[in-house]
Amino acid sequence: MLDNIKEFASEFFVTGDPLIYGADVSIVLATLGIVFVLTYFKKWGWLWRDWLTTVDHKKIGIMYILAAIVMLFRGGVDAVMMRTQLAFPDLNFLEADHYNQIFTTHGVVMIFFMAMPLMFGLFNIVVPLQIGARDVAFPFLNSLSFWLFFAGAMLFNLSFVIGGSPDAGWLAYPPLSGTQFNPGVGQNFYIWGIQISGIGSLASGINFIVTILKMRAPGMTMMKMPMFTWSVFAASTTIIFAFPILTITMLLLFLDRFFGAHFFTLDGGGNPMMYINLIWMWGHPEVYIVVLPAFGVFSETVATFARKRLFGYASMVFAMVIISIISFFTWAHHFFTMGSGANVNAFFAVTTMIIAIPTGVKIFNWLFTMYKGRITFPTPMMWTIAFIPAFVVGGMTGVMLSVAPADFQFHNSYFLIAHFHQVLIGGVVFGYFAGLYYWWPKMFGFKLNEYLGKWAFWLWNIGFYVCFMPQYLVGLDGMTRRISVFSDPDWQGLNVASTIGAYIMGLAFLFQVAQIGYSIFRHEKDTTGDIWDARTLEFSIPSPAPEYNFAVIPQVHSRDEWWEEKERRARGEKPWQLGPIEPIHMPKNSAIGPIMGAFWFIAGFGLVFHWLWMAIPGLLGVFVCMFARSFSAHKAEYYIPVEEIERTEAKLRGGAV
Amino acid sequence: MSKKPRSLVRAAFSAVTLVMTMLLLSGCGNYMVLDPKGPIAEKQLDLIIITVILCSIIIVPVLIITFIIVWRYRATNKKADYKPEWAHSNLLETIWWGIPIVIIIVLAVITVRYTHELEPAKALASDKEEVTVQVVSLNWKWLFLYPEEGIATVNTLTIPEDRPVRFEITADSPMNSFWIPELGGQIYAMSGMSMALHLQADEPGTYFGTAANFTGEHFENMNFQVNATSDAEYEQWIQEAKSSPNTITDESYEEMSKPTEKEEPTLYSSFPEGIYERIVTKYMHDGAELHQHGSASADETDAAADTANANSEEDSSAHKGH
Repeated sequence: MLDNIKEFASEFFVTGDPLIYGADVSIVLATLGIVFVLTYFKKWGWLWRDWLTTVDHKKIGIMYILAAIVMLFRGGVDAVMMRTQLAFPDLNFLEADHYNQIFTTHGVVMIFFMAMPLMFGLFNIVVPLQIGARDVAFPFLNSLSFWLFFAGAMLFNLSFVIGGSPDAGWLAYPPLSGTQFNPGVGQNFYIWGIQISGIGSLASGINFIVTILKMRAPGMTMMKMPMFTWSVFAASTTIIFAFPILTITMLLLFLDRFFGAHFFTLDGGGNPMMYINLIWMWGHPEVYIVVLPAFGVFSETVATFARKRLFGYASMVFAMVIISIISFFTWAHHFFTMGSGANVNAFFAVTTMIIAIPTGVKIFNWLFTMYKGRITFPTPMMWTIAFIPAFVVGGMTGVMLSVAPADFQFHNSYFLIAHFHQVLIGGVVFGYFAGLYYWWPKMFGFKLNEYLGKWAFWLWNIGFYVCFMPQYLVGLDGMTRRISVFSDPDWQGLNVASTIGAYIMGLAFLFQVAQIGYSIFRHEKDTTGDIWDARTLEFSIPSPAPEYNFAVIPQVHSRDEWWEEKERRARGEKPWQLGPIEPIHMPKNSAIGPIMGAFWFIAGFGLVFHWLWMAIPGLLGVFVCMFARSFSAHKAEYYIPVEEIERTEAKLRGGAV
Repeated sequence: MSKKPRSLVRAAFSAVTLVMTMLLLSGCGNYMVLDPKGPIAEKQLDLIIITVILCSIIIVPVLIITFIIVWRYRATNKKADYKPEWAHSNLLETIWWGIPIVIIIVLAVITVRYTHELEPAKALASDKEEVTVQVVSLNWKWLFLYPEEGIATVNTLTIPEDRPVRFEITADSPMNSFWIPELGGQIYAMSGMSMALHLQADEPGTYFGTAANFTGEHFENMNFQVNATSDAEYEQWIQEAKSSPNTITDESYEEMSKPTEKEEPTLYSSFPEGIYERIVTKYMHDGAELHQHGSASADETDAAADTANANSEEDSSAHKGH
C-alpha cells in the first residue's frame, strides 16, 4: 500500500529538480501566508462578498489585472531562466527537457494568461465608463468569464508542480504534442488550461460587443465613440470569429490524445498540417486581438496629453476595421516553408503586407495628433511615445518576414523571435502599461508615483533594445529558436548581451512593483476624477467610480464630450442638463461564477489525468450551476434608492453634483 | 519636469546610443544570411535588401518626424503653434494612405515574382549534372542518403561545389525543418511527404546546417557540417564512404530511427534500395504511392497529386494548395 502511494506520488508530483522544490516551498508558504492574513484580519467574508462574487465590471477588471501581473511575473521568471541558460549554455543551468518546458510555458503564460487578462481588465474598467453605461451588458457572464480564465490559468500553472509542464512549444504542433511523442500529462494541462479560459474569452467577446452596441449613452453614435471603445469593438468582433477555431482545434487534439482519434496523427489518415493551419487561423487574428486595444489606448493618451483632438478619426476607425478583417487572411505566413507552392505563398505574402498599410496610417495619425499640440510627458504618454519607434522598427521586420522567399531565411530563427517580441512588447505591453498608468487613478483614486515610474520606463526601454536587437543579428547568423545549447562561439557575445537586456527588463518590473507598493502608502490623490484633464466620459465621474458609475447618464453631443463640456463651462455656457436622479437598477452579486469556475477546474483536472471519477462530477457540477443560474436569474437584480445615490454623490463630489 | 528625471533621460539616451553603436560595429561581422555562398541565398539576400530599402522610404522619415514633433510641440515650448481643434486634412490623409499603398504594391509585385522564381522545388539552371541527396529527420539526428552513389551519412553532409543539389526531404520524427543558411532558405521535413529543395554552393567551404523546427528533447543536437568540395575531392570522399565498415540495413534503420541524444558524424557504405520511399510511405494506408511534394515540373506534381487522390482521400486534403 505504502509503495503504491509512493509510486503514485513520484509520478503525480514533479520531482528531482531543486528549482521546482524551491517553487513548491514558496507556493506553500505564500498560500499559508495569505490564509493566515485573511483569517487573522477576519477578511474572508470581505473577500467573498466584495470581490470573489462580485459582478461589478470595475472590480472584475481589477481582479483580471492583478492576475495578469502575477502571470507577468511567472512568464518573466521563465524568460529570465531561459536567457540565463543561453548566456552560459556550458553551465547547464537548465537541462534540455526543463528548458523545453520553460519556453513552452513562457509563451502560453504570456499570451493566454498575461496579455489576454490584462486586455480584458482594461476592457472591463474602461468600456462601460467610457460609453456612459452602468455595467456591461451581461454582468454575471462577465464574472463567469473571469472565473473560467482563472480556473484555466490555475490549471495550467499547476502543471509546474503536479504532473509536469507541457514541452511541445506554445502552439503544441502535432505529432510532437500527440501521445506518440508526448505521453505525459503536460499536454493535457495545456489543452484544458487553454480550453477553459478560451470559453471565458469567447464569452467576454460577446459581452463587449453587446455592451458597445446596446448600452451607449444617448447621443453617442458609433462614430462618436471614443477610439478605445472602437478598438474593443474591433478586437471583440475578431474574438468571436477566431476563438471558436481555437476551441475546436483543442477539442480535436483532445480527442486524439484521449480517445486515440486520428485527426492530427501521422497514421490512420490524420494530418498534422491541418492542425498547423487551424491553430494559426486562430493564432494570427489573436495577435491583432491583443494589439488593437493597445492602439485604442494610444489613441486616448495621445489626444489627452497633446491636448488636442485625435487626428483623422474616421481613418482610424476604418484602419482598425480593415486590420481586423484582413487578420483572418494571413495565417499561412506562419509556415511559408511548409511547401504550399508559389501561388499560395504569394497570396499570403501580399495579404500580410497589406496589413502594414492601415497600421502605418494609424502611426501617421498619432503623429499628427501631436503636431501643433501641447505635449506633456507623464508616464502614460512616455509609454505612448516609446511605442512609436519600437513598433515602426518591429513593423519593418514584419514586412521583411512577410516577403515569402526571404522568410525561408528567417523562419524559426532568432530573427523571428526578435520580431514578434518587438511588436508584442513594443506594441501590446507598452500599450497596456500606458493604459494601466492612464486609468490607474480612475480605478483606485490615486496616481502612481511618477519618479519610480520613470525609472521603470527607462529600464524597460533600455532592457528591451539590449535584449532584442542582438537577437535579430544572431538570427541572421543562423541561430534557431528552442535550442538550449549551441556550438557556434560567434553567438555567445550576442546571447550574453541579450541576457543582460532581459535582466534589465526584470529589474524594470521590480521597479513597477515597488512603484505600486510605494504609491499605495504615499500618493497624490485624484480628488477631481479628472487628474489628466482628459477628454472622455470616464473622467467626468469621481475616482474611483461609484458602483453605479453615473448617477445620471449624460447626453452626448460630440466625440470628446467631456472635453467639450469643460470648454462650455469655461466659456460660461450652461453645463450638462442632467435629469433628476432616479433609482438605479443594478445586478446582484452571484456566487455561481466562482463555484462554476471551481467545477470547471475539477473537471479539467480529472480530464488531465484521465480520472473520469473526478471529471464527470466536475462537469455535472458545471451543469448544476447552469440550472441554478437559469432558475434564479430573475432574483438577481435590485434598485439603489435615490437617497443613497444622493448621499454617495455628495460624499464623492464634496456636495456638488 | 523636475531635475532628476531629466538627468535620467540623458543617462538613458547615452546608454542606448552606446549599445546601438556596439551592435552596429559588431554588425560588420559575417552573418550567415548576409554572407551567401550560393545562388539561392544570394537572391534571398537581394530580396531582403530591396525590402529594407523600400521600408526605409517610410520608416526613416517617420522616425525623424516623430522626434521633431515630440520635441517641437512639447508643452514647455511656448513658441510653437497650438491648434487644438485641427483634426482632419484630406490632403495629408491621402498622402499617408497613398505612399504606403504604392510601396506595398511595388513590394508585392517583387515578392510575387521572386516567390515563383525561388520556389524551392524548382531545379536550378546549370550545365552541370545535378546531385540528389535524400534527407531524413530522425530523433535527434539527420540521415543523408546519396541514392546515386549508394552511400549514406549521419549528421554530416558533403556536396560538390558549383553543382546544383536536389534535396529530397522527409521526416521519421515530428515535423522538422532543414536549413543551411549560407546556401539558402529552409523547408519543412514532414512525415508522409517528400519535399524538394534545390541549393548550390558556389565555392568550396564548410557551412553550417541546422534543424529549425522543434522536434523534442534533444533537438538542439541536430546540427551538421556541410562540406562543399571540388569534384575530385567529392569523388574521393565517396570512395572513402564506400570503404566505411558501417552499413545501413532495414533492421539497423529500425534501431537508428529510435531517439538518441546526440550522434557523431558517421559514414555508411551502403543502404537498402528504396528505403527513402519506404520511410515516406510508412504512415500511409494501402501502400499509397510516394508523391513528391512540389516536384520540378507542374505536370509531375499534378500526376503525383492525382496518384495520391486516387489512393487515399485523406491525403488529398493536404494538397489542395496545388
